[in-house]
Amino acid sequence: MTSIPQMPKSWRLETKPHKFCPGCGHGLVLKALGEAIDELGIQDKVIFGCDIGCSLLAWDFFNVDTVQTHHGRTTPVVTGVKRANPDTICIAYMGDGGGYAIGSQHLVNAAARNERITAILVNNCNYAMTGGQMAPTTLPGMKTETSPYGRDIKEAGYPTQGPEMVAAITRDGSYVARGTIANLKQLKGYFKKALENQMAGNGFSFVEALASCPTNWRTNAKDTWNFVEKEMPKYFKVGEIKNPAEKEGE
Amino acid sequence: MADKPIQGEKRVFMTGNEVVAWAALAAQADIMYGYPITPQNEIMHYWTRMAPKFGKRFLQTEDELSAGFTTLGGVLAGRRAFTATAGPGNTLMQEPMSMAEMMRIPSVVVIQQRGGPSTATVIYSQQEVTMTAYGGNGEGFRIVYSTGTHQELFDYTIKAFNTAWKYRFPTFVLGDGYQAKMRESLTIYDPQDKGMEMVKTEAFIGKEPVNGIKEPNHIRNTYNTEEELFDVLAKYMEDYLKIAPEIVEYQEFDCDDADLVVVSHGVVSRAAKGAVQELRSEGYKVGYFRPITLRPFPAEQLRAVADKTKTLLLVESAYGQMAKLVKDAIFGSTVAIENLFKPGVGITSEEVVDKVKGLL
Ligand SMILES: Cc1ncc(C[n+]2csc(CCOP(=O)(O)OP(=O)(O)O)c2C)c(N)n1
Ligand code: SF4
Ligand SMILES: [Mg+2]
Repeated sequence: MTSIPQMPKSWRLETKPHKFCPGCGHGLVLKALGEAIDELGIQDKVIFGCDIGCSLLAWDFFNVDTVQTHHGRTTPVVTGVKRANPDTICIAYMGDGGGYAIGSQHLVNAAARNERITAILVNNCNYAMTGGQMAPTTLPGMKTETSPYGRDIKEAGYPTQGPEMVAAITRDGSYVARGTIANLKQLKGYFKKALENQMAGNGFSFVEALASCPTNWRTNAKDTWNFVEKEMPKYFKVGEIKNPAEKEGE
Repeated sequence: MADKPIQGEKRVFMTGNEVVAWAALAAQADIMYGYPITPQNEIMHYWTRMAPKFGKRFLQTEDELSAGFTTLGGVLAGRRAFTATAGPGNTLMQEPMSMAEMMRIPSVVVIQQRGGPSTATVIYSQQEVTMTAYGGNGEGFRIVYSTGTHQELFDYTIKAFNTAWKYRFPTFVLGDGYQAKMRESLTIYDPQDKGMEMVKTEAFIGKEPVNGIKEPNHIRNTYNTEEELFDVLAKYMEDYLKIAPEIVEYQEFDCDDADLVVVSHGVVSRAAKGAVQELRSEGYKVGYFRPITLRPFPAEQLRAVADKTKTLLLVESAYGQMAKLVKDAIFGSTVAIENLFKPGVGITSEEVVDKVKGLL
């Protein structure tokens, strides 16, 4: 073990250290993604689309072609790229607000059309970039700026179960999983499978990543990890939900 | 795979929507993204029938936000990509087009105006001028051609791709439901056979490595400081001002000795033209002015007309959307201004003739 953290080859060194807050989950998710890109050797083919949300900070994060889009609109932008140039490997990187609220119609329909793209959604239980409002994924009872007394499920409903929804509306060929920054090796594995699924031309692939936002959660390191490791998985079950590759092996 | 969609040139009789589909094919458009809305549907219908024969693609999206943003994706991938919409779809289209303005993405959008506000009519209007010319948030730059005949729909749809890719500003062809649905004769042609070169496209992202080396491109629409944004916008402003005189198009006749000049655009300019010709034959000193580009607007040219004549009669199937552009262009002029506004309703040459006779 070396004490110097290894940066993935696909990371853009000039823009490191990155701009996320200390302890932010985005950086870890992008580390796992960078390693997945490295291990698959696809850096020159990747189109990385980032949403508006804290993911916008990733616009110059990788040494890959990158387009920053609008809040919720990354899925259609990379869909447009992929449809126009199927040789590319397209990644749509977004937050839970971007994917499950303002851009939910794009996620649902890209999944239903089985677009050959990979959507990666960072679930941090809030709208982080705008200062910690309630998101579709805010946990019941969880306090945010717009649910100061805690999310009331009678008013606001239950947290969106994104991968489960995507799994329910996709048919053969889609890959769906939920990983977490608490298990980066597993998360990287999901990313690799999701990208391989796109490369094989099977169909839509979707990975939600449970991630931390200590700034808006107002948590210290210990509480942050406790929330990621203990609280979030109570509602968001970590694991693979759909894997076409496995089906073939049966 | 079939050869060129059109060999040489051909006289045809077809609807405006069919014309747009043919023009996009002739312009070597690669892919259309679209969402159904009347009165532009048949652009998609003809495109989906013809395009696959020439290796072209189509994607039906979930809404116009998606149609616009997928179009931007297609353009970023280096393809001649386009979409078409109308009315409430045009409203949704403004979000992606503001991204195109910020990132200088050469997208092409065909608008077939319908009645508004809201769902209103699926038939006709000139009520989408303001939105098509200025609909984005912020103050982006774009180019808008307002067509009046099927021949122009064909010519300017081809031209829109070249303008967009040459100058790298989002470009619109502004038609309307009458033009979309009516049948008329025109000549369709292959641009190359006429000596017109299509401006080459270029991939912004997804480019092949050169000599084994890939230089990744990072494109954004978010800036960190006011000054950083201002620098970008100042450059855009400068570019746009520089190219505007090359892009501006208009028509005028009989303005030199005119007591009154009828100003109109799009399909209404046909009625205006007929009216001016008729009035002239009766001895009335009347002129005709028509902006073809609504943005950039032929301001200097109209200003020169306003300086010569006594009255401008502004005629449009809207409650003063072209009129705003006109007044802005001739600000300071003392010319009298009269209106014939019929929002969402067609205008005949008889109506224009009657209006002029009432004024002179
Ligand atoms: C159309 C539009 N509406 C609202 C916003 C404001 N906005 C920017 S980021 C954001 C929330 C981001 O939350 P999320 O997608 O969960 O990403 P996170 O910041 O949590 O990673 C919002 C609402 C916007 N940029 N565009
Ligand atoms: S606000 Fe939250 S999600 Fe955004 S960078 Fe900071 S920690 Fe990360
Ligand atoms: Mg979030």
